[in-house]
Amino acid sequence: MNANQLLKSLLIAVPMLTLAACSSSQGADDAANQQTNQQQQDQQGSGVELDSAERTKTPEEIRAEQMETLRQENIVYFAFDDSRVSSEYAQMLSEHADFLVQNPNVTVTIEGHADERGTPEYNIALGERRAKAVAQYLQNLGVSSNQMETVSYGEEKPLVNASTQSAYAKNRRGVLVY
Amino acid sequence: MSMMKKLAFVLVTAIVVSLMYRPAKASLEIVITDGIDSARPIAVVPFRWLGDGPAPEGLTQVIAADLMRSGKFNPIPTNAMPQMPSSEEEIDYPSWASLGVEAVLVGTIEPYAVDRYTVAFQIIDVLRGQITSGSRVLRGGELVSSNDHILDARRSVINGDQFRQYAHRISDVFYETMTGDPGAFMTRIAYVTVNHNREKPYELVVADYDGYNEKVLLRSPEPLMSPSWSPDGNKLTYVSFENKRPEIFVQDIYTTRREKMTSFSGINSSPVWSPDGRTLAMVLSKDGNPELYTMDVASKRLTRVTRHHAIDTEPNWSPDGKSLVFTSERGGRPQLYSVNLDSGQVRRLTFEGEQNLGGTYTPDGQQVVMVNRTQGNYHIAKQDYPSGNLQILTQTSLDESPSLAPNGSMVIYSTTHNNQQVLALVSVDGRFKARLPAREGEVKSPSWSPYLR
Repeated sequence: MNANQLLKSLLIAVPMLTLAACSSSQGADDAANQQTNQQQQDQQGSGVELDSAERTKTPEEIRAEQMETLRQENIVYFAFDDSRVSSEYAQMLSEHADFLVQNPNVTVTIEGHADERGTPEYNIALGERRAKAVAQYLQNLGVSSNQMETVSYGEEKPLVNASTQSAYAKNRRGVLVY
Repeated sequence: MSMMKKLAFVLVTAIVVSLMYRPAKASLEIVITDGIDSARPIAVVPFRWLGDGPAPEGLTQVIAADLMRSGKFNPIPTNAMPQMPSSEEEIDYPSWASLGVEAVLVGTIEPYAVDRYTVAFQIIDVLRGQITSGSRVLRGGELVSSNDHILDARRSVINGDQFRQYAHRISDVFYETMTGDPGAFMTRIAYVTVNHNREKPYELVVADYDGYNEKVLLRSPEPLMSPSWSPDGNKLTYVSFENKRPEIFVQDIYTTRREKMTSFSGINSSPVWSPDGRTLAMVLSKDGNPELYTMDVASKRLTRVTRHHAIDTEPNWSPDGKSLVFTSERGGRPQLYSVNLDSGQVRRLTFEGEQNLGGTYTPDGQQVVMVNRTQGNYHIAKQDYPSGNLQILTQTSLDESPSLAPNGSMVIYSTTHNNQQVLALVSVDGRFKARLPAREGEVKSPSWSPYLR
């Protein structure tokens, strides 16, 4: 393999790697695609066929992707003055639990929140009970308590800043933060 | 009574007009929503300026505003005054008496030295003056003028920048003269503001009780909660989430010095100073769930007070420092209890309403002011002891964080008005109600200082 061929292979391989690794920066990807097509046509002219293998993702990349998915679905909502985890969150929480069990070095902070009704200090206690209810749920699914921290923000960080029933429902929540 | 009504109408008009034209300087202006009818009519006559050039302004306006805000007095507007006397000798008693005015405050301001002034004032009982003024009585074998209509008379020399402070002092004297209780006009409030348009949305603020001289003591990107004053008025304790978890701090108001008192795992919440200033009561959940503790401030040694699997929170000291009122869910729903710090004995205090939270004793220890939830509505309420009678004091919505003036006359609390958290006032008898409209963002967690003298 002479130097020219090596360079050509690299010119092909590097953009392909970039494509596999990231899906952002659309403009750069388009440019790379054109370049790749150009190279492939050159190669085809000399009678060879070129293909690429799918690069194996590193464990870090896989974890990052999983975490990204989990971050999209990370809120448990509660009823008024209640800290029981509703069964509708079973699927979501088991996905979080599986991930945490498979990745014992990953830690999660579980935030507990309350709606604005009642006193701020009582709501801190209520928020803690919600955060702990989520932590207990995950622990029952095998997650180590060392991987979980809870913090209650009470009514101090509402998701929706309004005094309506629907706002209250959105604000009574437990949030899993990685 | 129609005279009273007329006066009330003139007064309300005067307030509305003055609010409309007032420059947006004071950050906590006041809108009186109820209780003018029941207040005692008085007159704060603008003090006569005895110097050359322009008179120093504002003194009597501050006094009149103080007395009106106390809920006990209804100062008549200056344009309704029959005359502008500056001392007792000039008062035409019948013309004041016919307006129903009980007492008149008159006085003078005189130049003393460069930027120093002599302020003299008299508090005159109108009815007594009408009967005895100028009459001569036999005293010690001599005929002398009877002066028992002059309830108080004082003279002081002040600096040019002390008019506002001295006005509050005169208000205190007037209030105590007329009610027998000390005034609370030389006090401050601490509160938390939240404005997400700021880079650091959370601020811990102190201001004079009337909203002037506002000073930000701490700006934070994370929530601040539960400010509470030391009994000497020099420090605040509060909860800060600046390290992404609740921690209890003590901060000196007059320096930037502050100290982290607790950072246990779980809740570090509701710090309140004991009446003697040596101990903090607080809530920690380090042992599993929220329990009351006391901490010796000097040594930081902790003593656990409650032991129950239900939520225990929001401690407040009894005036004698021997017990704490607190909120507990041990009966199912949050209700108020007291715990004796020597014996550990716990007693339930409230039974009316779905929930009772955030209890605080009045200074005489005879009443507890709290947040009551009835039919889903949160209002400030008061319970008498030993009768146990519960009275709802407010009609505002989502009321929380009640804090009492040191003379026990007034409660400042946080409420929601037009979808925004603002501060509001209600007198402990429930008659007088006022709102302190916010500017941008929310204002909450008010805490009234002790007497600052």
